[in-house]
Amino acid sequence: MIQVSNLSKLYGPRLAIDHLSFEVSKGEVVGFLGPNGAGKSTTMKILTGFMPASDGKASVAGFDVFENPLEVKKNVGYLPETPPVYLEMTVGDYMDFAARIHQVPKDKMNSAINYAIERTGLGSVRNRIIGNLSKGYRQRVGLAQALVHNPLVLILDEPTVGLDPKQIIEIRELIKGLAGDHTVILSSHILPEVTATCQRIIVINRGKIVATDTMDQLQARLRKGLIYALQVKNPNPAAIDALSKLPGVSSVSPAGTKLVIEIKPGGSEVRDLIVETAVKTGMGVLEFSSEKVSLEEIFLQLTTEEKV
Amino acid sequence: MNQTIRNIWTIARRDFRSYFTSPVAYIVIGAFLGIMGWMFFYSLQHFVTESARFAQQGQKVSITDAVVRPLYGNMAVIFLFMLPFVTMRLFAEERKLQTIQLLITSPVTLTEIILGKFFSSFLLVCVMLAMTFIYPVVLFTSTTPDPGPIFTSLLGTLLLASCYLSIGILFSAMTENQIVAGALTFGTCLFFWLISWAAMSASSTAADVLNYLSLINHFGQFGQGSINSPDVIFYLSFVGISLFLTHRILDSYRWR
Repeated sequence: MIQVSNLSKLYGPRLAIDHLSFEVSKGEVVGFLGPNGAGKSTTMKILTGFMPASDGKASVAGFDVFENPLEVKKNVGYLPETPPVYLEMTVGDYMDFAARIHQVPKDKMNSAINYAIERTGLGSVRNRIIGNLSKGYRQRVGLAQALVHNPLVLILDEPTVGLDPKQIIEIRELIKGLAGDHTVILSSHILPEVTATCQRIIVINRGKIVATDTMDQLQARLRKGLIYALQVKNPNPAAIDALSKLPGVSSVSPAGTKLVIEIKPGGSEVRDLIVETAVKTGMGVLEFSSEKVSLEEIFLQLTTEEKV
Repeated sequence: MNQTIRNIWTIARRDFRSYFTSPVAYIVIGAFLGIMGWMFFYSLQHFVTESARFAQQGQKVSITDAVVRPLYGNMAVIFLFMLPFVTMRLFAEERKLQTIQLLITSPVTLTEIILGKFFSSFLLVCVMLAMTFIYPVVLFTSTTPDPGPIFTSLLGTLLLASCYLSIGILFSAMTENQIVAGALTFGTCLFFWLISWAAMSASSTAADVLNYLSLINHFGQFGQGSINSPDVIFYLSFVGISLFLTHRILDSYRWR
């Protein structure tokens, strides 16, 4: 349903997204997870045809975003970061406008509007002016607008920001309910947000995809264990062999004078032993450091609490 | 084509309605009618006293020259002051509140969006003009003015107002700040009005060009009751160029 290959976007000299490639198949709910400024919104803006990419290709529902933007736009419902609501209109009037501009056929107009209003729980505020509604309700109006033309693909940029916990649960249920008929991409910088709604997660940081997997797989990768880097003067096979036989060490891979040492998950503290062995075998220790797993680094930046 | 018209109408309708859900339309129309009514009343009173004086000398004053032409000439000036307030929000507000994202990611083209915006403000001008029909009606009840100049003046006013509107839309697309958009619109419209002043000291070729570019120089013939196709073409191309530039501005806004 969505194909992206080598997509890049430059803001002046700054590379906002850097050769992204991924695919989303029909009916999937995929989460874009990444810290603020990772390039989530930019990717979404390109997919919706709001903004052209600097390089690369993207297609949605079988149509190229650059060559056939109108067809793409017909098949996409988009909720931007700020809900695009006209403050002086009533919810009902706004939904009428949204249905018209998304070219909902006249005979289906009423049922489409009613459906969107009902699914987002806006029935009680239908005749109220949007400017007088709370942030949570405005967010829901934005979501209703994205749903009204029953699009194949829904692109939701931080859909639950500003909602109270009860509303968050409702919106999550709504998004889950859309899976199957609709393909959904949603973005978030909150870990439980995506775990609750998405089948698959694309972790993105500084414009690059760091991982794309199911939540279970990602967590398994995180648990894999620590990696240390040992910089030595003269690496020799015998010494490397000795290192790899240490208890708790799962593998040692030499890269020039740098030895990358992977530790078994849940193993005991072995750093003393590693250094000791390295000194004894006469390799000449220059530097010993822990190699950060980039995925872990990103997860540390992510909000892991439920609070919004 | 059908879909294009429907898209333009969808956008025009929303913007036209929002003039009336906010105080903008009421204030602009109210101020416009107030000033117009005041001017009409005094030019009519002046005409009555003057024509009595001229009648003693056996001369006649035409109501077209004394009332109708000044009426629409004044209207052109008042529009110069009023219409920047009508157009300044059209794109600036959409940019500020990010609602422009909805328009751009909807299956409508930029051209349709711009034409929709233009027609919403054009409709408002039509409403304002429709309300000034009362003045010719007053004239027709008591005397017999020539309907020709009234009709052509209306057409000329509509064309001149369209130029103001298109300049206003252009500047509104350039900024998020409505005040900036409004001020630039007023300044630019006034500049194109007064540009012929520079013609007085310019060489003959340059003077021709400057005179040609002046918005008001093309207005006079309409007041005389004639429709000059060069004037109509000038106004229409002025609108066309402004709206084309708006298209370029909005397209480049997407690239940033």
